[in-house]
Amino acid sequence: MSPIVKLTDVHKYFGTYKVLEGVTFEVPRGGVAAIIGQSGSGKSTALRCINALEAIQGGTIDVCGHAIQDPELNRRALRCDVGMVFQSYNLFPHLTVEQNIMLAPTCVKLMRKPQARDLAHQVLAQVGLAEKAEHYPEQLSGGQQQRVAIARSLAMKPKLMLFDEVTSALDPQLTGEVLKVMEELARGGMTMILVTHEMAFARKVASQVIYMHKGTVWETGSGTMLDSPRTAELRSFVNNGL
Amino acid sequence: MSYRFDFLALLPYWREFLWGVLLTLQISATATVSGFIIGTICAIARADGSPFIKRLVATYVEVIRNTPLLVQVFIAYFGIATLGVHVSANVAASIALTVNVGAYTCEIVRAGLQSIHRSQMEAAECLALSRTQIYWHVVIRPAIERVYPSLTSQYVLLMLASSITSQISAAELTAAANRIQSVTFRSFETYIAVGFIYLVLSFVVRAAFALFGQTVFTRRRKLGTAL
Ligand SMILES: Nc1ncnc2c1ncn2[C@@H]1O[C@H](COP(=O)(O)OP(=O)(O)O)[C@@H](O)[C@H]1O
Ligand SMILES: [Mg+2]
Repeated sequence: MSPIVKLTDVHKYFGTYKVLEGVTFEVPRGGVAAIIGQSGSGKSTALRCINALEAIQGGTIDVCGHAIQDPELNRRALRCDVGMVFQSYNLFPHLTVEQNIMLAPTCVKLMRKPQARDLAHQVLAQVGLAEKAEHYPEQLSGGQQQRVAIARSLAMKPKLMLFDEVTSALDPQLTGEVLKVMEELARGGMTMILVTHEMAFARKVASQVIYMHKGTVWETGSGTMLDSPRTAELRSFVNNGL
Repeated sequence: MSYRFDFLALLPYWREFLWGVLLTLQISATATVSGFIIGTICAIARADGSPFIKRLVATYVEVIRNTPLLVQVFIAYFGIATLGVHVSANVAASIALTVNVGAYTCEIVRAGLQSIHRSQMEAAECLALSRTQIYWHVVIRPAIERVYPSLTSQYVLLMLASSITSQISAAELTAAANRIQSVTFRSFETYIAVGFIYLVLSFVVRAAFALFGQTVFTRRRKLGTAL
């Protein structure tokens, strides 16, 4: 099957500082790729490049048929196909949960308010927060806010979801409820790329684990790769329980 | 100290006081609304415009903030007359106050815009919103909500400062007082009365802003947080 995301020899600099040095990997439709690696190894940058939030200086990225390196790239069309969830939730604080979710469908897809509201309730039910529609973000726990952020992305019916350390700001219990939502998404066939420190989750849910080190894909394989690392770097990374 | 207060002497002039109040409110309401629009546009231009636009706005703001309001009022009044356009003192006063408060609004709203974290815009970008939509839904509204208390103070101050336009004989409250004291010779009483009226007006304007804020910024109302 043709991949939904394909990175080929991607190079990325911040000024003269090289962050990505020839990153290559692909994720098939319905695949779940977990990117792991030390802090500073370029995981977030790779994810941001996939969503054209950063420009790349070399190589190619193809996302659902959009060529990210193309100067003529239609960013808004790309973002209709790609959902992204951040560590800091980034909900809009002045809007209710429901309004947060309805904003993009009404603005971008010109959906009528009643339909958008139905959609909001539908995706909220999917993340187990149907009763919080009228609440404001600040009235929710971190885990609930993150689930709303996921629901907000889902409302745009993306073909691909990107998650950047979405549980890193949460305590273990709240982490669990967010991971559960993500696991259900994966089981439902959503193509996902997630940067994570949750090794157990990567092992269990990911169809593909990508270990990044010094701006390159150092080692890649299935979840079992974490049990028998080939490289010394991955071995020490796994053993340090990072 | 044998001064005998005689506030009753002012009573026959209640109509003129009332007219003064209405004109003060009219001039300051006009300047508030148009100054708010100009100031907000300037703030966006200064945050996101071309270098030339940015410099233009910065110059406007600095010139206004570093010259006396009275001088600005005179320049507007005589300047407009020199252009051959006939406008009443009231209109000239409204224009001068608009230009003045627009500059202050620009600075306040700019601070609000800067307080919106980049990650908010990025999240909106990731939801495929256009630049205009991002500005409108995610930046401007919460930015103004955040600086709303400062804006309120600024517009109350504007209402009080509008008394300066009595100098070009705009027919507002202070001008009315000037006339009344010159015919009653009860200057002290007149200005005490006028001071009291301004005090009441300030409270009324503040209350109106609070009410308006509660209506527009629904989150504040629902969560019961003060503006
Ligand atoms: N906007 C930026 N400007 C300059 N350097 C950056 C920027 N973003 C990230 N970096 C640097 O790039 C490197 C990789 O960052 P990042 O992709 O965030 O790593 P990770 O997510 O794996 O922790 C880090 O050294 C970081 O300091
Ligand atoms: Mg990161």
